[in-house]
Amino acid sequence: MEFMGFPLFDFPIFPESASTLAGDVDAIYFFALAVSAVSSLLIAIILFGFFAVYKRKKKSEIGTPTAEPLALEIGWSLIPLVVTMVMFFWGAWVFLKAVNVPEDAIAYSATGKQWMWKFQHPTGQREINHLHVPLGEKIKLTMTSEDVIHSFFVPAFRVKQDVLPGRYTTVWFEATKTGTYHLFCTEYCGAEHARMIGSVVVMAPEDYQEWLDQMSQTMPPAMIGEQLFDQLACNSCHFDMDRGRGPALGGIAGERVELADGRTLDRDDDYLRMSILRPSEHLVDGYQRIMPTYQGQISETSLLQLIAYIKSLPAADDALIADDESEEPEDEDTTTDVVHNAAQLALETVAVTVGE
Amino acid sequence: MSSTSSDTYNYMMAPEAEPEINKDNYLNDGWRLQDWLLSLDHKRIGILYLISITVFFALGGAYAALIRLELITPGGDLLSPDAYNRAFTMHGVLMVFFFLIPSIPAVFGNFVLPLMIGAKDVAFPKLNLASWYMYMIGGTLTLVAMVTGGVDTGWTFYTPYSTAYSNTFVAAVAVGIFVNGFSSIFTGINFMVTIHRMRAPGLTWFRLPLFIWAMYATSLIMILGTPVLAITLLLVGAERLLGLGIFDPALGGDPILFQHLFWFYSHPAVYIMILPSLGVVSELVATFSRKRVFGYAFVAFASVAIAVIGFVVWGHHMFVSSQSAYAGMVFSFLTMFVAVPSAVKVFNWMATMFKGSIEYSTPMFYALGFIGLFVIGGLTGLMLGTMGLDIHLHDTYFVVAHFHYIMVGGALFGYLGAMHYWWPKMFGRMYPDGLSHMSALVIFLGFNLTFFPQFILGYLGMPRRYHVYPDEFQILHVMSSAGASVLAVGYMIPLVYFTWSLVAGRAAGRNPWRAVGLEWLLPSPPPTHNFHEIPTVDWEANEYRELPEVEPAPMPLRSVPGQA
Repeated sequence: MEFMGFPLFDFPIFPESASTLAGDVDAIYFFALAVSAVSSLLIAIILFGFFAVYKRKKKSEIGTPTAEPLALEIGWSLIPLVVTMVMFFWGAWVFLKAVNVPEDAIAYSATGKQWMWKFQHPTGQREINHLHVPLGEKIKLTMTSEDVIHSFFVPAFRVKQDVLPGRYTTVWFEATKTGTYHLFCTEYCGAEHARMIGSVVVMAPEDYQEWLDQMSQTMPPAMIGEQLFDQLACNSCHFDMDRGRGPALGGIAGERVELADGRTLDRDDDYLRMSILRPSEHLVDGYQRIMPTYQGQISETSLLQLIAYIKSLPAADDALIADDESEEPEDEDTTTDVVHNAAQLALETVAVTVGE
Repeated sequence: MSSTSSDTYNYMMAPEAEPEINKDNYLNDGWRLQDWLLSLDHKRIGILYLISITVFFALGGAYAALIRLELITPGGDLLSPDAYNRAFTMHGVLMVFFFLIPSIPAVFGNFVLPLMIGAKDVAFPKLNLASWYMYMIGGTLTLVAMVTGGVDTGWTFYTPYSTAYSNTFVAAVAVGIFVNGFSSIFTGINFMVTIHRMRAPGLTWFRLPLFIWAMYATSLIMILGTPVLAITLLLVGAERLLGLGIFDPALGGDPILFQHLFWFYSHPAVYIMILPSLGVVSELVATFSRKRVFGYAFVAFASVAIAVIGFVVWGHHMFVSSQSAYAGMVFSFLTMFVAVPSAVKVFNWMATMFKGSIEYSTPMFYALGFIGLFVIGGLTGLMLGTMGLDIHLHDTYFVVAHFHYIMVGGALFGYLGAMHYWWPKMFGRMYPDGLSHMSALVIFLGFNLTFFPQFILGYLGMPRRYHVYPDEFQILHVMSSAGASVLAVGYMIPLVYFTWSLVAGRAAGRNPWRAVGLEWLLPSPPPTHNFHEIPTVDWEANEYRELPEVEPAPMPLRSVPGQA
């Protein structure tokens, strides 16, 4: 049906569903819609009914006083309470599902800046404003911003997460349908906010692999991180086992640590980031305040790569050469080699995982 | 002369054979400029607010028109991105801070609150005048900033964009809003003290009109919430101008702290906007059903409950901001409790109409429209408070539609209902019935056509604050813009007939609606000092006794029972 060139009744009313989360979100939506439709209709019918039935008949007419039973007040307080509690628990359950990243998710990274999205694949490929992902895999994005707050929103996946400067946030999804979906920035970020859009392209795993292969070959983030680790001379203090001037870094990611000031913290991505940028704020118990600050010296991209490298290091016990307890700690060359060998091993592991 | 209170009630409700316009009224008490600009009369200050608020509403509306014109097409072909960002920011700033927040309290609270409780003025008349000046200074600063360059941060001023990245007049507008905040605080203090200290004899707390309860709850939020906004804006200014690191992570600050502070005020501020309308609708439903409000105490305490719970739900604006999921759960849980007092009000209004004597009048039509739109606005608010659903809906047009249902469908419909209800009291003249019924209908239809499609747009994923958008959203945007033009026409009609009414409307008389309330005891428009002698109240709120059919012998003003 058309009217003056405009197609009437020919517009979308429901977005595409292309992730494992979409069904959960839509289910609450339909429940809430049904509750809303039924209660709005009932209220409208009653209101119009009263308007018709109790219309004033003569000028001096007054209303008839009615009894006001307490049970009625309690009753109609309980109805909304019950409905809203259902929505609360259901909503909280879906939310926790949406924010708790599964262990086996593949780690991608995203950096927002006015006005573009930069993505990096675990195998090193980089993209701007578009993100290619394999179908049926759990994808985890570690995100940060170089300037103001942005927000990562893919309507077809029903996922959204603000992207903040100075810290990491994560979002995860598992695409269930191949196709190209809108990616919007949903936190107002300045003049071209509306053009900070892009797309997420979901491909069959074999097509994705093909796409990766034809992208210019780059090193995985962890491997670039290893080079940075050398260039910045991190390895002169941080090496295997706690014999250096800095703590050993193998296997620390995600573990708890006691700080010099008595606090206990999880060594998550944000902790690692802060420990590189402003090391003395989270000084580990037993170490000196000697590490220089890297605030302003290192880009967001490099930070993500360094962290990827640190996280790829296996715990000391797991390292192949780690049983060598009698090794002289003063022998820096040897220890560095240990770190390097461990890192090499870790990188191979990463490469194998990604290759799958 | 002694008189019994029942005489007062009978006099209040007696029909007048030939309603007259009271010549000895506050309007005729001096027409020089200083008689108005330096007046301490709460009624004149109410009129000053009415005029200035209407100007700010018109300006805010003009910006809305620009927004809706731009969004007719998916490309950015009317406004530059910068101009569009300034337009929605100014629309939000003007409508929120200079129309919605002051609207009902500053206009009708000022005008009728003292009349309704039998007082000769508010407790602090000079503070009352000062509040209008604060409003005008703040408003003028904002307008100057707007004309000389504008501001592009959105009315929410999120950091670090507002403190470190925006090149617009953020500080000037922040100062404007800061100054304007004092207007809210002064009004809140004034109303609270007035309600506590200046009620007529016999007017106990549980005989107070429900509008007064709503004003009391609103004042509570104004006094407790506004200082937090002031502090927040000062911190934004300090970071922007002095480089103190508070919110900007590059300076060691925390941008999320800003959001906590901002919403700690701005969520309760939503209740500053809606509570007065809830009070107005309680008055309208009772008056035009000629029946005492069903469950009076529940309706009264529901206002207070909304005000109090409103202070502990701010985090529901921040579910996806990186706030801890467990903090989010607490906020979501508490948010759900707002639904209970809100629903209680709606159910009690419906029960009030049951077996009432319903008059088809313009104020009652606005009350009817209000209830419908408030129900939709409230239910969609619950969806947004549901964490799992908010992931998808946050910062989309669903949010835009939801808060316009509450702020336009709710607050503005309450304001227009109040305007049509108390207009005869304020100016002594009626407005045309047919035209006002029609305009209420036009506004209702225009409003729904504008904002209902935005719910659909929101679930489709259309983000807020976009001046360009993907093609598939266009038809819904066109509908919305078409609705906005209908809405604009709807707003023009009352402007015309109210102006006409000022000079040519028929005399309203003392109590054209035969409503119960001390303001209806006074001649219209009321004399400068309201009551010559303070009346004694011996009736419950909206209590209807048998209405006399016959006009009693006309009494000269001086011998009015209860008026010496």
